Amino acid sequence: MALSLAFHMVFAAVGIGLPFMLVIVEAAHLRTGRPHYKRLAQKWAKVTGLLFAIGAVSGTALSFELGLLWPRYMKIMGPVVGHLFALEGYAFFVEAIFIGLYLYGWDKLSPRGHWLCGVVVAISGALSGWFVLGVNAWMQVPVGFTRDAAGAVTVTDPRAIFKQAGWVYMAVHSTLSCYISVGFAVAGVYAAGWLRGKRDDYHRAAIVTGMAVGGICALAQPLSGDLLAKFVFRTQPAKFAAMEGQFKTEPRAPLRIGGWPNVEEGRTDLALEIPGGLSFLAAHDSSAVVPGLESIPRDRWPNVHLTHAMFQVMVGLGTLLMLLTVWFWWTWWRRRGGGALENRWLLRAVLAAAPMGFVALEAGWMVTEVGRQPWVINGVMLTRDAVTPVGSVGPMFVGFTLLYVVLAATTIVLLRALRSDDTDPAPQDVPAATPAMAAVPS
Amino acid sequence: MSDFTLAYAAAAAALIGLMAYAVLAGADFGGGVWDLFATGPRRRLQRQAIADAMGPVWEANHVWMIFVIVVLFTCFPRGFAALGVALFVPFHLALLGIMLRGAAFVFRGYDERAAARQRRRHGQRSTVWGAVFGVASLIAPFLLGAAFGAITSGIIRVAAADGRVSYVTAGAMPWLNLYSVSCGLLALSTCAYLAAVYLTAETQDELRDDFRRRAIVAGTVTAALAAAVLVLARSEATWFFHRLISPQAWPVLAAGLLCFAASAWAVFTRRYHLSRVFAAGEIVLLLLGWGVSYQPYLVYPDITLVSSMAPRATVRFLLATLPFGMAVLVPSLWLLLRVFKPTLVAPEGRSDRPSS
Repeated sequence: MALSLAFHMVFAAVGIGLPFMLVIVEAAHLRTGRPHYKRLAQKWAKVTGLLFAIGAVSGTALSFELGLLWPRYMKIMGPVVGHLFALEGYAFFVEAIFIGLYLYGWDKLSPRGHWLCGVVVAISGALSGWFVLGVNAWMQVPVGFTRDAAGAVTVTDPRAIFKQAGWVYMAVHSTLSCYISVGFAVAGVYAAGWLRGKRDDYHRAAIVTGMAVGGICALAQPLSGDLLAKFVFRTQPAKFAAMEGQFKTEPRAPLRIGGWPNVEEGRTDLALEIPGGLSFLAAHDSSAVVPGLESIPRDRWPNVHLTHAMFQVMVGLGTLLMLLTVWFWWTWWRRRGGGALENRWLLRAVLAAAPMGFVALEAGWMVTEVGRQPWVINGVMLTRDAVTPVGSVGPMFVGFTLLYVVLAATTIVLLRALRSDDTDPAPQDVPAATPAMAAVPS
Repeated sequence: MSDFTLAYAAAAAALIGLMAYAVLAGADFGGGVWDLFATGPRRRLQRQAIADAMGPVWEANHVWMIFVIVVLFTCFPRGFAALGVALFVPFHLALLGIMLRGAAFVFRGYDERAAARQRRRHGQRSTVWGAVFGVASLIAPFLLGAAFGAITSGIIRVAAADGRVSYVTAGAMPWLNLYSVSCGLLALSTCAYLAAVYLTAETQDELRDDFRRRAIVAGTVTAALAAAVLVLARSEATWFFHRLISPQAWPVLAAGLLCFAASAWAVFTRRYHLSRVFAAGEIVLLLLGWGVSYQPYLVYPDITLVSSMAPRATVRFLLATLPFGMAVLVPSLWLLLRVFKPTLVAPEGRSDRPSS
């Protein structure tokens, strides 16, 4: 299940991020009329179309899988927030229609009309992501139903989820992370081309667009992250404590950077500590009390090592990307444009940063999911109670794994074909980074 | 609203989605079949016509299946789970087929556009993709049709206590018996017929004659298979056969068969736009007849629509979103068709602008 989700998430991120970039380069083409912008848009449109088709299938398989592997979870989730999937269906439908118009309408629509179709694709793609996140937000803070003693679910308010604040924070945070992942991946891939001597307007435009989209979002991301962390602090103290490696309940809790939680001794070793930092981040008051893991029964702890480590990875990579952004645009501004693209070390850094956004995205997702354990629906249902009671999980699991192996292999084959098939001079194309990423968390 | 009304309203939404899927995406599958069997001097032109007809719309068409899945999954979770377990292999093979088909199509489409632009060679790779596209187009409708056969014949049993799924007959693939196979073949040939009829309306001259001949062949095969399925249903799915000839169902089915005959007549007499309308009407009426015969079951004989329905608040919410969803989708679809299928929106005012 985690494998399929991790796989699907890469597609989702590209499906949300790439149309946004498309819209930007096509707008640049409309404004300036310069052909390389249009070539970029056409290239990215192919990638979007391809990944959309495969993402649609992996998403459909995922919905089957939910029903098959987690029937007891579905029994609660389905009735209470299943309708969010229906709303997602509409958004997805609109996206499919306008992707058709966009991909095949280059010559049939007016340039502005075509661009507007791209805008609709970008918006509906983001919306469908938002609706799915609604289900996840509900798993973190379940609302809208009651259960009687026997465990039967009565849905009291199907709209309750729409008033749940965590959803908004999660949605903003995740959408930004999609833009960051795709922005830096694009910049990195075209930086590789530039370093190999492909110094043309086409590559320059791709690098600059990627760095602009990824960079702006990377700089905005800590703000949304801060809001989300405060929400987690209020609603899921166990996850918050695990993220930060906070074992003791104490005032003036320090902010820990790095370190490895020592579960036996109940402390986090080798971390760089900023006194009072955590209390300040959690409650805007450096003397505030932060509940530690000790306040939670031992068998209700998440995996502290994984949660803490993944949180550090996410924040660490985010910080690196921010530094890279500042370095790039500082160089760019000081030397009036060309400077940043003359600096080979800077470009190598951009290339190295290509996968970072995706790694941070997956790490952040693991913080959310692992940090919620042992619950599948926070405070309502334990993960071990949610798994299918049927004995045939084994073959099903093999079946799904095979399906995803086939999907991944197909994607790689297709992207390689797309890379070499082309009439334009990009030797290496955007999602060359994608299949590699899909393999990372598995 | 009573549980009964809610369940039937949701089932009707799913059935309408299924009709749209069959009428629209069915023709896309059929297009893949004719791509695989493209023959004669105009082979390349045939493939081009199929690609031009499908390209812009196939993704939107495919989403109707996702719509059906979402409605089933939200409104009938227990039935959906049972179907998913019992038909795990055919569903996933069909999914894989649909995906490969889409991907192959995208690839070949781009290849050919590049080729057309530059008048270059017709490369090796595009034929490989073409084969993948054609074969996958055969598999998916066949398997979905076979799944239909499996659920109507009652070989899937669901235990009332824990929802455990089992089969009446043993074997590695109990869903693949003679009756299911003929249902699958019927679905496949119907798709091929539909595609050929649509293509006659979107092409001209000799190319149109090619597709007209194909429509006649596919129509004959479809009629023969439909008769075979009816005969087999009598012994393999007796209850269903009696439902088909019951007073509620047979008039609808008969109307569907009349539409089929009318579309065949229209193809014969070269009334292409009329034949398209009748062929789509045939599919809609036959599926309606199927729905009327098959209700109240979702998985015969253990799961009915009402018994597997989700809580009322959820179903009501989903039904309430339908008008809003349609308010967004219908204009979008109309725009899509207006841009890419001008002959459908305004049959007389042809505006086949050559792409520049």
